[in-house]
Amino acid sequence: MAKKTAYLGMFTALAFVFSYIEFLLPINLGIPGIKLGLANLVIIVSLYTMGTSWAFTLSLVRILLTGLTFGNPASMIYSLAGGMLSLVIMIVARRCKLFSVTGVSVLGGVFHNVGQILVAALVVETASLLYYLPILVLSGTAAGVLIGIVSSILIRHLRKIADTQEAGR
Amino acid sequence: MVKSAIPVGLKSMKKNDVKLLAALLGLALVAFLGISLYSQLTTKEPQAVVRLDGKEWGRYPLSEDTVVEIRQTDGNYNILQIRNEKAEIREASCPDKICVNHRPVRAQGESLVCLPNRLVVEIENGEDTGIDAGTK
Repeated sequence: MAKKTAYLGMFTALAFVFSYIEFLLPINLGIPGIKLGLANLVIIVSLYTMGTSWAFTLSLVRILLTGLTFGNPASMIYSLAGGMLSLVIMIVARRCKLFSVTGVSVLGGVFHNVGQILVAALVVETASLLYYLPILVLSGTAAGVLIGIVSSILIRHLRKIADTQEAGR
Repeated sequence: MVKSAIPVGLKSMKKNDVKLLAALLGLALVAFLGISLYSQLTTKEPQAVVRLDGKEWGRYPLSEDTVVEIRQTDGNYNILQIRNEKAEIREASCPDKICVNHRPVRAQGESLVCLPNRLVVEIENGEDTGIDAGTK
């Protein structure tokens, strides 16, 4: 338990730093919402190594922290919508065991964007925001593949470390 | 331990992942095509709307050069000409010829009026000139 708590703290800090890096270096392609989603790397790794409830806590804490430090209430609602929808989809996708880490990450990336667009469309009450959807599905997929590949490497190495630790005990 | 230069993570992808990618790309393509088709159907081009006695008589896109004769039962007439995306009255039976002397119109909300013939030509969906922002 103590070990898990330490992990959770470290992962939260890592996710927080990743969010900060993305805040510092935004990818500007002329369309709002395109980003790599570095923080999702941490969320996915925690989902596979620590389990659903820990990943959920981590995601929630990260969104609250980044929202309070770099954002405003409005941006917090957007990231909450994107983050939670994305996490729920990833949990389901992992449970149904159809996809590898990369597939789960792609779904997470895409549904993060979908969640944000839905909330934005609700807030400004215009369906024309849905015009962004194809582009954001594509960018979510691309970012998801990248993050997924890195995550799968990380997860494998982390498991190896955990295994050697268990064996050495 | 020898590792390939290709990102090792790629090997961990399953067949289903590839299917998912294909499905998402297809979805994005379909959505893009659907949206562009929809917006093409719904974007309205600027047109001149002809009204007689306040009732709509006809509408003509500004993109097509045409000449329309608007002849009324009492013999009065106006000839509407659309040229270079602008509408003007070329000829009219009215005594004052105010409509004929009016400069060609093209911007949103601009109109040509012929009071004696109770005729109004108004531009709809036209470009906004930005000079007429007023209270309504």
